Amino acid sequence: MMDLLSGVTPGALLNATVQGVLLGGLYALFAAGLSLMFGVMRLVNLAHGDIAVLAGFGALVTVQATGVNPLVALLLVVPLAAVLGYGVQRGLLTRTVGPSPLPSLLVTFGISVVLQNILLLGFSADQRRLPSGDITQRSVSIGSINVGVLPVAIFVTAVVLLGGLSVFLARTTTGRVIRATRDDPDAVPLMGVNPRHVYGIAAAIAFASVAVAGVAYGTTTSFTPSSGPVLLLFAFEAVIIGGLGRLWGTLVGGVVLGVAQNIGAAIDPAQQILAGHLVFLLILAVRPQGILAGRRAVTA
Amino acid sequence: MSAWRVVRGGIDSVAGGGLLVAAVVVFAALPLFADTGTTVRFITLFIYLVLAVMWNLLAGFGGMVSIGQQAYIGLGAYGLIVLADQVGLDPFLSIPIAGLLAGAVAVPVSFLAFRLVGGYFAIGTWVIAEVARLITVQFNQVGAGSGVSLRALAGTNADARNELTYWWALGLAVSAIGVSVLLVRSPLGLALTAIRDEPTAAASNGVDVTRVKRIVFVVSAAGCGAAGAMLALSSLRVQPDSVFSVEFTAFMIFMVVIGGLGTLEGPIIGAVVFFVLQETLGDYGSTYLVVLGVLAIVVVLFAPRGVWGLLGGGGRVQGFPIRYRVLARKEQP
Repeated sequence: MMDLLSGVTPGALLNATVQGVLLGGLYALFAAGLSLMFGVMRLVNLAHGDIAVLAGFGALVTVQATGVNPLVALLLVVPLAAVLGYGVQRGLLTRTVGPSPLPSLLVTFGISVVLQNILLLGFSADQRRLPSGDITQRSVSIGSINVGVLPVAIFVTAVVLLGGLSVFLARTTTGRVIRATRDDPDAVPLMGVNPRHVYGIAAAIAFASVAVAGVAYGTTTSFTPSSGPVLLLFAFEAVIIGGLGRLWGTLVGGVVLGVAQNIGAAIDPAQQILAGHLVFLLILAVRPQGILAGRRAVTA
Repeated sequence: MSAWRVVRGGIDSVAGGGLLVAAVVVFAALPLFADTGTTVRFITLFIYLVLAVMWNLLAGFGGMVSIGQQAYIGLGAYGLIVLADQVGLDPFLSIPIAGLLAGAVAVPVSFLAFRLVGGYFAIGTWVIAEVARLITVQFNQVGAGSGVSLRALAGTNADARNELTYWWALGLAVSAIGVSVLLVRSPLGLALTAIRDEPTAAASNGVDVTRVKRIVFVVSAAGCGAAGAMLALSSLRVQPDSVFSVEFTAFMIFMVVIGGLGTLEGPIIGAVVFFVLQETLGDYGSTYLVVLGVLAIVVVLFAPRGVWGLLGGGGRVQGFPIRYRVLARKEQP
C-alpha cells in the first residue's frame, strides 16, 4: 500500500479525500431511491441508473429547447420522473410483487435494456454534458485544496434532500403510512390504506430523487445512454457499504465509495472505478452488515 | 403390491429424447454436406444453448438471478488464449480446462456473492464481473484494454479448423444439456427444486441450502467459462469490452425467459428462438434490442412459463424425464 502511495503527495491525497467526500453526497442521493424501494417493496430496480440517465437527457432537451439553466429544468424533469415512477410501479412492477424476487428483477432489467436502447436511438452514443454556466469553473481555495463551488452545492443539496426524506418518512402522515406498509403490507388495508398506492408513492419518491441525482451528475461529468448501469453499481455499493436500510448509512457509504474512487484516481487515473469496487468487496468480505451496523435503523 | 406405481418419464420423454438424439445426429453430420458459413452460424447457436442452459440452472433451479455470468465467459475466453498460446496446450483441449478454471474462480467468489441475497445478489455479481474485466485489462500479456488474438491455430487449414470447432461446440452444447438433466435428476436436483420453491422449508428439512447453491453456482460458472473459451476459439480474437459485456447476461435472460424458466426444455427452445431472431433481425441494432426487451417484459408479466409453458410443457408433457408421476397399475392386486 505504502509502495502504491509513494508517488502521491500528502496534499494530493488530502485533495482527493475532500473531492471524494463531495462526490459521496451525490452517490448517496443515487442510492437513496434504490434503498427506499428495496426497503418498502423488497424490490431492486435494476433500471435505477437508467432513470437517472433518462432525467439527464430530459434536462438536456429542456435546456437546449428553452435555454434555461439545468436547475430550472429540474422543475420539469423531477415531477415527470415522479409521475413515471408512480406509473411504472402501478402499471408494471405491481404485477411482480410476490415472495420471489425473480419477476421484478427480470422486468426491471428489461426496462433497463429498453431505456438504454431508446436513448441510443434518440441521442446516439455521444458523450453529453449539461451546461451549467460559469459555476462549473468557480472554485474556492482552502489552503492547498481547490474546492469547486458546484461539487459543494451538489453535496449540500444531497444532504438536505436526504435529511428532508428522512424527516418526511419519520414525521409526516404519508411517511408513517409508507413505513407501516413496509412493516406489514397485509395489515395496512385494514386501516383503509391501499398498499399499491403507497408503493406507487415510494416509487415516485425514488424516481424523483434519482432524477435530481442524474441531473446533478450530468452537470459535473459527461454521460452517455449507457451510463446507467455504472450508476446503478455505485448506488448499490453505497447502500451496502453503509448498511442496508439506513438512510444516513447510505451517506457514509457514498462518501466511503467517493473517497476510495478519488484516492484510486490519485494513484492512477485509470484505476478510479476499480478502486471503488475493491473497497466495496473488501467491506462486503469483512463487514457485510455495513460499516454503520449496530446503530438503530432510522428509516427505510 | 400397491395399485399405484411412480415413474419418471413416459411416451413424451421418449419422444423428446428421440427428437434430441435425432437432432444431434443431424447436426453432427452437417459439416459433411453444409458449407462453412452455415456451420459457423451454428457454432453461435451452440454457444447460446450452453449459456441459456447455464443461466437457467442458476436462476430457474437455483433461484439465483446473476447478472454477472459474463465474468466467467470472459475468464474462459482469456483462459483459452493463455492455455493455448502461453502454456502451449492443445487449443481444443483448452476449452474444458478453461471452463474448469472459470469454475474454480467461482468457488471463492461464491463466498463473497452469497453474502447478498435476491436483488442485491444480482447487482453484486455484476460488480464482480466488472472487477474481473478491470483486472484483466491490467495485463499487457493479454493485450490490456485492446484484447488479444489466438495464435495457436495460425497456419492451420481453415476448413478443417472450422469443422473441428463445430464438433466441439456441438459436444459442449450436448454436455451442457446432459449435465443439467443429470444434475436435476440427482438428489441434488431434488434439493434444488425444494430450495427454489421454498428455501426456508428446504433448510428445515435438512437441505444444506448454501452448499447446494454453491455447487450450482460453480457448475454454471464452469459452463459459461467453457462457452467463453468456445467463443474465443471460434472468433480467434478476444476483446475485454466484448467478452465481459453484460449483453451476454441480457441474452441469457432473454432466452430463458422466452423459452420457459425453470424447465430443461425452455432454454433450448429459447436459444433456438433467440438464434433465429438474431439471424433475421440482429442487424437492426438498438431497435431490435428494444423489441427484445419489451418482449421479455411482456412474457414475464403475462406468460411467465414462456413458450414451453404455452405449448403445454412443464406440466403433463415432459421432453426430459425429470418429474415423478403416479400411474395406476393395469393389473389390480
